[in-house]
Amino acid sequence: MFKNELVIAGRRFKSRLMLGTGKFPSSTVMADALAASGSEIVTVALRRVDVKNANDDILSHIDSSRYLLLPNTSGARDAEEAVRLARLARAAGCEPWVKLEVTPDPYYLLPDPIETFKAAQILVKDGFNVLPYINADPVLAKRLEEIGCVTVMPLGAPIGSNRGIKTAENIRIIIEQSNVPVVVDAGIGAPSHAALAIEMGADAVLVNTAIATANDPVEMAIAFKFAVESACHAVNAGMATMKLKADASSPLTGFLRD
Amino acid sequence: MSFISLLKEYNWDDIKKYIYSRTYRDVEFALSNSRLTAQDFAILLSPAAEKYLEHMAKISKEITLRRFGKTIQIYAPLYLSNKCVNSCLYCGFNAKNKIPRKTISFATIEKEADLISNEGIRHILLVSGEAPKDVNMEYLKKTADICKKYFSSISIEIQPLSESEYSELYKNGIDGLTIYQETYNRETYKKVHLAGKKSDFDWRLETPDRGGKAGFRNIGVGALMGLEDFRTEEFFVGLHAQYLMKTYWKTHIKVSFPRIRNAEGGYKPDHIITDKNLVQSMLALRIFLNDVGLVISTREPKDFRDNILGLGVTQMSAGSKTNPGGYSEDNKEGEQFSMEDTRSVEEFVSMLRSKGYDPVFKDFDQNFFSGVA
Repeated sequence: MFKNELVIAGRRFKSRLMLGTGKFPSSTVMADALAASGSEIVTVALRRVDVKNANDDILSHIDSSRYLLLPNTSGARDAEEAVRLARLARAAGCEPWVKLEVTPDPYYLLPDPIETFKAAQILVKDGFNVLPYINADPVLAKRLEEIGCVTVMPLGAPIGSNRGIKTAENIRIIIEQSNVPVVVDAGIGAPSHAALAIEMGADAVLVNTAIATANDPVEMAIAFKFAVESACHAVNAGMATMKLKADASSPLTGFLRD
Repeated sequence: MSFISLLKEYNWDDIKKYIYSRTYRDVEFALSNSRLTAQDFAILLSPAAEKYLEHMAKISKEITLRRFGKTIQIYAPLYLSNKCVNSCLYCGFNAKNKIPRKTISFATIEKEADLISNEGIRHILLVSGEAPKDVNMEYLKKTADICKKYFSSISIEIQPLSESEYSELYKNGIDGLTIYQETYNRETYKKVHLAGKKSDFDWRLETPDRGGKAGFRNIGVGALMGLEDFRTEEFFVGLHAQYLMKTYWKTHIKVSFPRIRNAEGGYKPDHIITDKNLVQSMLALRIFLNDVGLVISTREPKDFRDNILGLGVTQMSAGSKTNPGGYSEDNKEGEQFSMEDTRSVEEFVSMLRSKGYDPVFKDFDQNFFSGVA
């Protein structure tokens, strides 16, 4: 009756934790961390892999029967580059899912809203399930939903900054208004940040740096798994955030009779 | 996702059972959430929540003040026609009722518009029965042209139209649409809408979608209170409003709470809606959807309208007549229903001011429409 499950483009997922694959000390550690995290969606930077080569170091460590491989267009500086990358991945046999990243600035890697929108329009028409990485801009989120994106992925803080949910006020609005799942992506540096995002009502989180660069990535993957699950339980349990104050008088509704 | 498919996820009887089996503890938890789910909303509509009405009123008042300030938007209806091809059991315009029928002429529209605007009204709601022969596109466009001279915002509450017709009306200066589903219960809907185009539940249900796609600035929805169990009914109203707010995000969505009034035909509602029931519905909706507009018309009596100020309401009609030609001719023949609050606009507005509320007559401008100025 009151459903609470993660469905993206018609596909159901149990885990609300998505993982990135960059910055791990080795592909073996990455594979172990993925397994430990319980994730079902794993994103891979197309610029880093050789999608045509089954023996590619990263790809060969990701079991595609277990994970939805979500190619991302990181490194693309404009719509044209992003579209080309996505099409290459599909031509090489990837499922038509793409995490759309258009980040012209090479330092903070902040997403370009105009180019992201343009690329999304083209890719949606092309039949892709598009998951765009965006700044926490509620109007942009609605515009992307309107043209057929299957999620929106607002950032909590700049990529790799580990600073947490700095854009909370705007993310709250995006969550309230969105008809598609909201995935908080970037900035999540600690399990408590991931838990907070889920408690706020985000449908999922995407984590990379915090796990990949931890002293023990596998242990950290477990920490994130539990943090996200624990927040899901809290949401289902119904969190009381404000206390009811007892009040005997009824100045506002005193005019009502039974 | 369309609202029809969303509606299929919720079974009427299950929701009703859920609402009626809530406990005080459920209500306390729902009220302590800062972000309400549809489930919490259902809880606030429960009999158990009645005990927490004062608390809900405080929360609702605080939210309304923060989002809307101490303002009430004022509008008035202008009845164009009481002709109707439908036979809705509860309505005075039921085709089977023997009442004098008419569609007012453009000269009368001009006269009525002049009188209404002289009272200060700038937001007009054009109302008619389902009379497509008389109230057709040509008639509506001409009416809009006349009304533009007197009003800054024009809404319609007429038979459902197609998306392209709505687009055309929007281009001609009509910025708002009101369309009540009457009831979200398919079986009850069938029982009270025996004949005519209105018997098509889905066509009516998707009317706000067609209006949203056409670009209307405001869309009003609601259920006719009294046809069904109000708690379950208002749950679906809230769900519909939320769906519309999320889907047509550039449109302001508002909800009305019309209670069945005495009307020609003598229909007696199955469910009596008390003041308390109406207030609970309004408060629950405000706490669930902080930004939705809440409308209370002159169907409601004077004292009730005065008392609910500040509890969540944002728009109120004033000085209304519900028969075609009612402003320029002094008779009540052919009314849709009988009015409760019969105060003039001036009297109503001075009551608002005395309670510290600002009556807002104009908050839209025809100049937003390209090519109109």
